[in-house]
Formats: sequence, structure tokens, C-alpha cells
Amino acid sequence: MVSPAISVCLDSVVVKRRGKTVLGPVDLCLQADGFTIVLGPNGAGKTTLLKVLHGVERVSRGSVQWSIPNAQVREAQAYVFQSPIMLRRSVRQNLAYPLQLIGIDKAEIASRVVDWAQKTGLQDALDFPAPRLSGGEKQKLALGRALIRMPKVLFLDEPCANLDGRSTREIEELLYDATKAGTRIIMTTHDLGQARRLADSVLFLMNGALHEHGAASKFFAAPSTSEAQAFLNGDIIE
Amino acid sequence: MNEIWAGVQEAFRLIFILDADLIEITLRSLEVSLTALVIASALALPFGTWLAIRRFRYRRFTIAVLNALMGLPPVVVGLVVYLLLSRSGPFGVMGLLFTPTAMIIAQVIIITPLIASITHQAMRELWSEYHDLLISLNTTKRQRVVALIWDGRRTLMTAALAGFGRAIGEVGAIMIVGGNIDHATRVLTTAIALETGKGDFALALGLGFVLITLTLVVNLAIHALSRTEQEGTW
Amino acid sequence: MEISSNDPHVACPYDDHHSCPGPGPALRLAATTSFNNSGLSDVLLPAIKMDTGIDVQLLVVGTGQAIRLGQAGDVDAILVHSKTAEEAFVSDGFGTHRREIMYNDFVLIGPVQDPAMIKTSATAAQALQRIATAEATFVSRGDDSGTHKKELALWSEAALEPEQFGAWYKGVGSGMGASLNSASGLDAYIMADRASWLNFGNKGGLGLLFSGDPKLFNQYAYLPVNPAKHGHVNAEAAVRLEHWLTSRRAKDIINKYTINGQALFIFNSQP
Repeated sequence: MVSPAISVCLDSVVVKRRGKTVLGPVDLCLQADGFTIVLGPNGAGKTTLLKVLHGVERVSRGSVQWSIPNAQVREAQAYVFQSPIMLRRSVRQNLAYPLQLIGIDKAEIASRVVDWAQKTGLQDALDFPAPRLSGGEKQKLALGRALIRMPKVLFLDEPCANLDGRSTREIEELLYDATKAGTRIIMTTHDLGQARRLADSVLFLMNGALHEHGAASKFFAAPSTSEAQAFLNGDIIE
Repeated sequence: MNEIWAGVQEAFRLIFILDADLIEITLRSLEVSLTALVIASALALPFGTWLAIRRFRYRRFTIAVLNALMGLPPVVVGLVVYLLLSRSGPFGVMGLLFTPTAMIIAQVIIITPLIASITHQAMRELWSEYHDLLISLNTTKRQRVVALIWDGRRTLMTAALAGFGRAIGEVGAIMIVGGNIDHATRVLTTAIALETGKGDFALALGLGFVLITLTLVVNLAIHALSRTEQEGTW
Repeated sequence: MEISSNDPHVACPYDDHHSCPGPGPALRLAATTSFNNSGLSDVLLPAIKMDTGIDVQLLVVGTGQAIRLGQAGDVDAILVHSKTAEEAFVSDGFGTHRREIMYNDFVLIGPVQDPAMIKTSATAAQALQRIATAEATFVSRGDDSGTHKKELALWSEAALEPEQFGAWYKGVGSGMGASLNSASGLDAYIMADRASWLNFGNKGGLGLLFSGDPKLFNQYAYLPVNPAKHGHVNAEAAVRLEHWLTSRRAKDIINKYTINGQALFIFNSQP
């Protein structure tokens, strides 16, 4: 269902805000599958990189090339924000919204909504106002709403930053299932433990520049730059 | 105090006996102000929302003008509409002066900026909340406006009700363009002005209480219809 | 009205062909505040409707505005009381002619204690002189209405110039009723038409102090708007209304209209 998988290449991408370079130049290719964790200290440009890939950030220089036509790229992607954005509607309507936007028929929407409510453990809260859910429930709903379109690529920006252990584990389980189902995941996190648990590959950013890109096992065992080593050691790096 | 009490009694008497004139002018008040409200909302709600999500060159200027128009003195609006609709004015051939249509036109001009301005403020807030999600979901402009209007309907209703309150309580403009003609353009507010002029404070105040009750009933009815109170705090 | 015939022809007092009732269109008549505040319009309008089928839509305004409405063609006829302005209206071609209908009279109202002692005045001019001498608070319409113009004419009759008056002379720029409310609130002197005064509900400490000087008589005239100037006016109905207003039936209703037993208007139309 999720195939054909898609890959992406960034060609010397630079993002500037008010004359200051916040990202780049970055040259990078990501394969069509796997779970990539973006690591780096605050202000390294992690969120900006995600937004560039998602296509919602204006690129000052360079280009982003997807393996499928641009028109289809956005529909094949989903994005989960650090603080979940809830539509002022019921849980059911929040789940249904992305499907309504692309004109899926009602019966199909209804069955997928129920399916995802179960997967996210919100089946009893379907008619509950989404903005009144707990933090963990909101993030699960946001994740369900992102996955309900069965995206080929899913971006997550610190999805578990404000969550307790239980919610974090439930989110990770959903993400694990999603990768198994073939969704390409690119996610930022501050939680090195989470990174070790989930990552196939790692991108390490600092001051807007890409310092390392490689297999997770190799990165965590023996990072090739001293900055990454310092970061893994928990040192403050500037 | 005696006069206020007499006014309360007069109000009850008029309502109790279902005074034919009272019913007529009350219905006309409703007809004029509700029509004005519908037209003004149809213009102001999409415009205010559009203004909240659209970035364009003269946006700040437009918003400043809109906020200034919110304070348009009704009497001046009335005078200008009067001069436009007068037989010797540019739209005189339409013969609209001293008709309910003229009153509706004046009220639309008075309340559209008010509704648009409140809408813009409410929608700007909601848009900053929804912005990232709606952009991420790759929504079209139309889908964004629809989502904002639908999810902001409670605040939009407040905006519309503010407009209605201003319209139905307004006297300066409709007195000028309507002429307060008995059985043609007399509404509650102009009747109150007339009775005050005659020194009949009890009747004037009675009509005033009817007007207040009417505003209250319309507000409650709209709230009940849209079940906003039950939806509670989002 | 006590006329209750279902057949409008029974109530039709005319023999000539164009005066009998039919479902005529509305006629817009700009009339002065006093005509409406007196309550006379409430009696006349249903009778007009009954006899002629004309739906008279009354715009109650000051004489100044009534004349402007006529000039602009926003009404079909005007019923006002300011002879000079009326004659100018006709000579400028806005009205076809001027037809006198009836008159009422103005009265001087003031605090019942009468601090300026106008009660014993011989003439209206003398009464005004006494008010000016005492500098007693006086409320003026100040709205360019017929009543206001009449008041100004009386001041000049008394050889006085309101523009030179002190703070005791208050031009409120309002209609008759609102001005009476002001006078009542300020315990001031004021000139009003008798009808408005009698119908006024908020007399407070005020009373009628002086009346009867023929100078205080107030002639009402009916002026149809010139269809040659404004083609859209309802000239046909305006002619029929004039016919009715000058008829015996109008005479009866107008002369018999009383408040507290006092006649307010005297019909004086010449056939």
C-alpha cells in the first residue's frame, strides 16, 4: 500500500533568516526506508531541516529533489509537531480531517477513523473534544491523524518532549508499527535513549551544518567527529 | 423612579394585550436588523477571515481603516446614505429613500466593519494556532478559510451578535434614511425617540424594555440553536 | 374613527370623477412636528385613507427639512407653516402652488411662578421683552423650523436680537417635544404650538402663561411638489389629497378636534 517508496536528495541547501544562516549548506541523500533520528544541540537547525524536507520552509539557496513528482510529494508526507495542534473539534473529526481534505468517501473515512482510534487507544474518546485531552492523548491523536493518510514519509519534531514514560512508550510502539508498515520516519529528539531504541540511521547537526550521517549502530559506537563524541558524552557543546 | 416603574408597567401592558402597533414595529425592527445582519455577516465573516490569513501589501493599512470604520458615527452614515438615495442624489431613481431597504443599507454599512474587525481579531488568533497544521496538511486557501470559520464559529457568532446589537439599537441613521413613517418605516428605536419627543416617557420606556427583551431573546435563541453553551470550553 | 362602512364609496363625499377612493399608491407628505404631535394627524390620516384610498406616509420633520425634502423630490407634498419659505418654494418652481388649510396658535409656556411676569403682558412682543429684561431662561427650538422662524420674527417684533442674548437663551436644535422636555428640565420659558403643549406629557412645573395675540397665529399651508421638476412624484394623489384637505369633511374633522375641550386648529381654507 505504501509503495512505491520515495527517496530524497538535498543539493547544497541553505536557509537564511534575517540574513543569518540557520541551516546549510547541506548535501544529503536519504533512502526510501528506515528510521532516521536527527540529533544535535539546541539551535543546530534540526527543525529547520525537517521543515525543508517537508517543503514548508523557504530555501534560500540549493534544491530539494524527491524521487516522485513534486505534486505528489506533500500528499505522501505527514508532520507531527512538538506541541500537538488540536483542531477545536472532537477526536473523531480530528482523525477524519486529513482524509476529508483529499476527498475520501465517507464510509472509508469512518472505518479508518475507528481503526486508528483503536490503534491510538482513543476508541472511547471518539466524541470527546480533542483540545481537552491530556498531553499524551493529544500527541497520540496527532500521530494517528498523521498516519491515517498512510504517508510514505513521516516527520516528527520532538514528539515526546513533554510526555511521561508511558505515553512515550505508546508513541514509540506506534512509530515502530509504522516503520514496519513501510513508512519512512525522520524524527528529531533530545532523548538519546529514544534515539538508540529507534534509529536505523542518524543525522548529527551542529550550527546548521551536517556533521555526521550514518548507520545508528556505528554512530553510537564510534562517532567520527569530536563534536558528536562530546554530544554523546553529554558535554555542553557550542 | 416612578417613571421607570410606569415604563415597566407599560411594557407589560403592551406585551400582554399584544398591541397591534407594537407587534408591527417589533417585527419591522427584527426584519430590518436581521436582514442587515445576514448581509453584513456574509460580507464581513469571509473578509475578516481572509484578512487574518492573507499577507498583502496594504494589510496593516486595511486593518487600521477597518478598525477606524468600526467607530463610524451612525448619524453620518445616515446622512450620507440619505444624500445618496435622495431623489436628487446619484441613486435617487431607485426610489429607496424612506423605505426599509434604505434602513437595511445604512445598518449594513454601520455593522459590517464591526463584524469584520471582531472576526479578524478572533481569526488571527485561531490562525496562529492552526497555521502549522493547515500548512502541513497542504490545504488550499479555501479549505483554510472553511476550517477557520467552522472552528471559530463561536467567536464569529459573538461578532455577529455584537453587530446585531448595534443594528437593532441604532436610531440616528435609520431615523434619517427611514423617516420614522408610521406603518412603513417605524421601528422600536425611532418610536422610542418619537414618544420621548412627545414627553410620553412611560410609553417610550415601555418600548425600551421591549427592545431590550427582544435583543435578549434573539441572543438566547441563537445560542440555543447553535448549542454553543453545551460545547463548553474547548 | 367611527366610520365603519365596508364600501368605500359610501364614505366618498365627492361627486367629481377623480376624488373617489381606489387602492391608490402611497403619498409621502412631509409635515411639521406640531401637526403630528398635536394628534391631529392620527385623526386625519385614517379619514383620508377611508375617503380617498390614499395611504399618506407622514414624514414628521421641521419646516426647514420639509422644504428640503420637497426640493429634492423625496416627498410628494408638504404641509408646513412658514409663509416666506413657502412662497420661495413656489417661486423657485419646486411647488406648483400654495394652499392655505388651517391655522393654530402659539402659546408662551413658562414656570408657573412666572418670574418674568409675562402673564399680564398686553402683547406677545411685550411678554418677550419682559423675559429678556429678567434674563429668565428661555429655550428656543433653534432648528430652522417654522416654529423657530416664528419665534425669531416675534423677537424682532419686540426689537430684540437673540444673537446678542446671554446664556439664558438656549437654542437646543431639537423638535418641539424634545425642546419642551428641555424647558421642563430647565424650568424655562418656551414658545410652543398649543397642540403640542396640550398633548405634552412631561409638563413638570411649567404652565401656559400667555396666548391670544393674533401675532401668535400660525397658518398651515399645503404645497404639492411640482411634477414638472420631479417627474416621479405622485401628483395625481397630491391633487386628490388637496381636494380632500379643503373639503367640508376635512373642515368638520379639523374644527372638531379638541384636547381637554380646547379646539386646536381652525379650518380656514378658501374654496
